Amino acid sequence: MASAQSGTLYRGREGMWSWVAHRISGMLIFLFLLVHVLDTALVRVSPEAYNEVIGHYKLVVFGLGEIGLVGAILFHALNGLRIILVDFWSQGTKRQRLLFWVVVALWVVLMAGFVPRQLMHMFGA
Amino acid sequence: MTTSTIPDPSTRYRRTGMRGMNTEMLSWLFMRASGVLLVFLVFGHLFVNLWLGEGVQRIDFAFVAGKWTSPFWQTWDLLMLWLGLIHGGNGVRTIINDYAHRSTPRLVLKALLYAAVLITIVLGTLVIFTFDPCPVGADPDLLPSICQS
Repeated sequence: MASAQSGTLYRGREGMWSWVAHRISGMLIFLFLLVHVLDTALVRVSPEAYNEVIGHYKLVVFGLGEIGLVGAILFHALNGLRIILVDFWSQGTKRQRLLFWVVVALWVVLMAGFVPRQLMHMFGA
Repeated sequence: MTTSTIPDPSTRYRRTGMRGMNTEMLSWLFMRASGVLLVFLVFGHLFVNLWLGEGVQRIDFAFVAGKWTSPFWQTWDLLMLWLGLIHGGNGVRTIINDYAHRSTPRLVLKALLYAAVLITIVLGTLVIFTFDPCPVGADPDLLPSICQS
């Protein structure tokens, strides 16, 4: 098994950094998911309890956090599709580096759409 | 001195002795299959809850109640809950296996992980199936419009 001692780096560059980002984004999304199911479960307590807690999501600091969350989800989703292509598409391993930059480009486009929209919602423009 | 045998170069290299379907193979396949479904489910969820209308600003009890009176959104959220937690739990299991080298901490971390996943799936499923959009005695201003009839 690979370890920190024997070296977990495999050649660096796009292949390794996409793997690192996939792990970190996945871990963040999982932790948020646990919290998100708990806060949604408050609908079974009372409308007041749910509205009180979900109201925090409308604060500016949470609104910025949502941008980070959506960024993590979009990257994890797009890079996940890249991994599927690398595994199942005959050209996948050969083109994995190009696919990584396609992921980055699509991520930038989607974030360029989402961020202004989210800021509009946050500041009521 | 023994003569070394050179394997037939046409035999395929095998990392492990495992052949065919096994649990790690199923786990690998599940991550890809559930991942594709989750892309659709989560993008749809984000689009409806964060993009449309006033986005996060309009989310309250009445909004959730409005969605969950429809079997379509109940099924959507149930699928997202189960697939998301199993996919995420399996991912974290891989991370624990990679970094927790000593067996006791590894077992403890995995036990905590499995407990968290199980509790969250059971809780979320109960919430979706036992949800009452018009709870008795609640402030009518906080309830969806369907409760007024």
